[in-house]
Amino acid sequence: MATSMDEMKGYQHDPGASTALVTTSTNVLENLINWSRRSSMFYLLFGLACCGIELMQTGGPRADLDRFGSVPRATPRQSDLMIVAGTLTYKMAIRCKLLYEQMADPKYVISMGSCANCGGLFQLSYSVVKGVDKIIPVDVYVPGCPPRPEALTEGFLRVQELVKREKQKAKHRPQRAPTDTGAGYAVPEA
Amino acid sequence: MPALTAEQIHQRLSAKFGDAIGPLSPPKKDPHFTIAPAKLLEVCRFLKSDPELAIDFLQDLTATDHPKDGVIKVVYHFYSYKHRHLFAAKVHADRANPELDSLDPVWKSANWMEREVFDLFGVSFKGHPDLRRVLLPEDWVGHPLRKDYSEAGGYRDISNVRDNPLDLYLNLDRMVKAQKPAPAPPAPAAAAPAAAKPAEPAKGA
Amino acid sequence: MALDQITMTKVSDRVLHQDLGEMVLNMGPQHPSTHGVINFIVHADGEVMKRAIPEVGYLHRAIEKIGEMVSYNGFMPYTDRVDYLAAMFANEGYAIAVEKLMNLQVPPRAHYLRAISCELNRIASHLISIGSMAMDIGAVTPFPYALRERESINDLIEALCGARLTYNYHRIGGVAFDMPDDWTPLCRKWMDHFDKVLDEWDRLISRNEIFLQRLAGLAVIPAEMAISYGLVGPNLRGSGVDFDLRRDHPYGAYPDFKFEVPVGKGHAGARAGGTAGDCFDRFYCRVLECRQSVAIVRQAIDKLPPGEFMAKVPKKIRPEAWSEAQSRIEAARGEMAYYVVSDGGERAYRVRARTGSYLAMGIIEDLSKGLMIADLVALIASLDVVAPEIDR
Repeated sequence: MATSMDEMKGYQHDPGASTALVTTSTNVLENLINWSRRSSMFYLLFGLACCGIELMQTGGPRADLDRFGSVPRATPRQSDLMIVAGTLTYKMAIRCKLLYEQMADPKYVISMGSCANCGGLFQLSYSVVKGVDKIIPVDVYVPGCPPRPEALTEGFLRVQELVKREKQKAKHRPQRAPTDTGAGYAVPEA
Repeated sequence: MPALTAEQIHQRLSAKFGDAIGPLSPPKKDPHFTIAPAKLLEVCRFLKSDPELAIDFLQDLTATDHPKDGVIKVVYHFYSYKHRHLFAAKVHADRANPELDSLDPVWKSANWMEREVFDLFGVSFKGHPDLRRVLLPEDWVGHPLRKDYSEAGGYRDISNVRDNPLDLYLNLDRMVKAQKPAPAPPAPAAAAPAAAKPAEPAKGA
Repeated sequence: MALDQITMTKVSDRVLHQDLGEMVLNMGPQHPSTHGVINFIVHADGEVMKRAIPEVGYLHRAIEKIGEMVSYNGFMPYTDRVDYLAAMFANEGYAIAVEKLMNLQVPPRAHYLRAISCELNRIASHLISIGSMAMDIGAVTPFPYALRERESINDLIEALCGARLTYNYHRIGGVAFDMPDDWTPLCRKWMDHFDKVLDEWDRLISRNEIFLQRLAGLAVIPAEMAISYGLVGPNLRGSGVDFDLRRDHPYGAYPDFKFEVPVGKGHAGARAGGTAGDCFDRFYCRVLECRQSVAIVRQAIDKLPPGEFMAKVPKKIRPEAWSEAQSRIEAARGEMAYYVVSDGGERAYRVRARTGSYLAMGIIEDLSKGLMIADLVALIASLDVVAPEIDR
């Protein structure tokens, strides 16, 4: 588990970046690419539990995620953002990992709600994974039980910030050990 | 369509099955009685076919674990839409090897409810068409709702502990304090080279 | 978790046995339907299914075991998660069971507040059910309309109890908060608007030619089959059984209200081929129930009695040793029965929530022979199953 200083640094919010009109990078092409990427982040509909309903409400008429260019996709092959909304059980964890690996790079993960962050109020349970970051790397944690649509929108805007500040040279996600061991998928036993 | 009371139902069943029906419990909020496991299927068929009882809905099928008494009590709630009466009955299954008759031939709603009792308590049901785990993964070990269940430390290789973030912050505090340089007095610095010199000829020799 | 450890476990032969020319597909557990994480193992010959076996447990959060670990009062937030779309009912069911154990008398104002919050929640739950059913059939537009109405209900309930989805509003002995002063005119205004919305929906969806052709006469469940398999709620009423706990075994404030109970009788009409117990009947019973819920809320607001909203409850809830109680309430998805056993301590010995959706899963396999895969989607949507009720 992360106990060293380096691994705990994680994402540090830079207040200037969100309000300044001029970005830190001077490369016009990079700005253009990042702007177009963050304005069309398709998210995978991974609503597992109660947070899934608030995810639907956030995509609904009042707090609309579509105004950011973000539409829900049913399949991981077409999405670049995975919003893990709800409690992850051990039975579902295998499928969650499969879906994450099926997404194409560059991909981002929002962990929505207490259950996805750390197990939430189900930490007493025997069948709940205590946090989705035990199996996949997470970019933004949105607290709440369930988070209001406004809170999830803020989490989404933070992911947009991440994309805005990415350099093209660092194509892979920074400061994350690769989760892929390189082994192929095992064929299920007949 | 008269709704029978618990006492009347108990009397009717005792009259027909005698010893197989235990006494009516003192009314601690919801009266119930026990049925002998050997006669369970027969009693249930009677419950369904008898025109005065006419139980057509097995409303609930669950269990409670009593390790001190050495039994797992399987609790049945029966309801009749025709007469609108509801009552509860319990069957004691031996905790070491719990096995009962399946009520799937009588009411189809027993099918999935018995699978759940099998999954969470370990009670097997004879004659059930498809008795396998329903809520937990197929390779789960143990029956969680038993009172002596303890977690196996995770599933496959996902551990079931999570570091407390307060501990991480305390660690961070300690590390930050440790990195501040302590004010060193000049005397030991002068003594260190003096201590190193006698050691060198010893090493060279 | 290493990738080479992602193997599916060996499922029983009965599930995976494959005939020649048959496809075995996994429909789920992640699929674009709002019924939650449920998996169906579909044996299909082209588009026509031979059988569809539901696999559940992907949301099993051990709520019943947690009931033995926390105090009686502390378990109330967990009951919200038993059915998060209709959380007020789960709250109420548990509260009634423990009140039975403790012999508590709930004041009448609390009964009315419970009824108001529950009926509003019923409308919200049916909106999701109807909207997602329309979306599963293929009409994507009604779903945001349903979400829009649901936002208004969320606002009303948020004014009552502070939360939008998992309310934790009912308490053992009453409710947590009183109604704010300016709540009633807002509610009346919204209900007048909602009546017109329901009329619009009737024109748009319920009498829609495509909708009728998709759903009428599909997956007919006769009344005896429905009773034997243990279907409850709108599923049971859609098959023609005239039974509603609010009218036949009334609890709380329901004896004071006048409302009708919609029963399925081939609402799709003979021209479309509708019979009692088909998918359209189950769907239409929910639409009619929305109207009845609005009527109940109107009556409840008019007759709301003044007074206390919470009974005098001891600080530590300790029912008598080895007593047990079962409470039955008419939740949005049918009869929810809470069975609580006490051993005399501060924590329950056993809490059991028997929900309507769990029993509805048992009927899917037997109904699925000969249906097409798209019909399976319509069947699941018409039964209105939701994953937390199944898995708890």
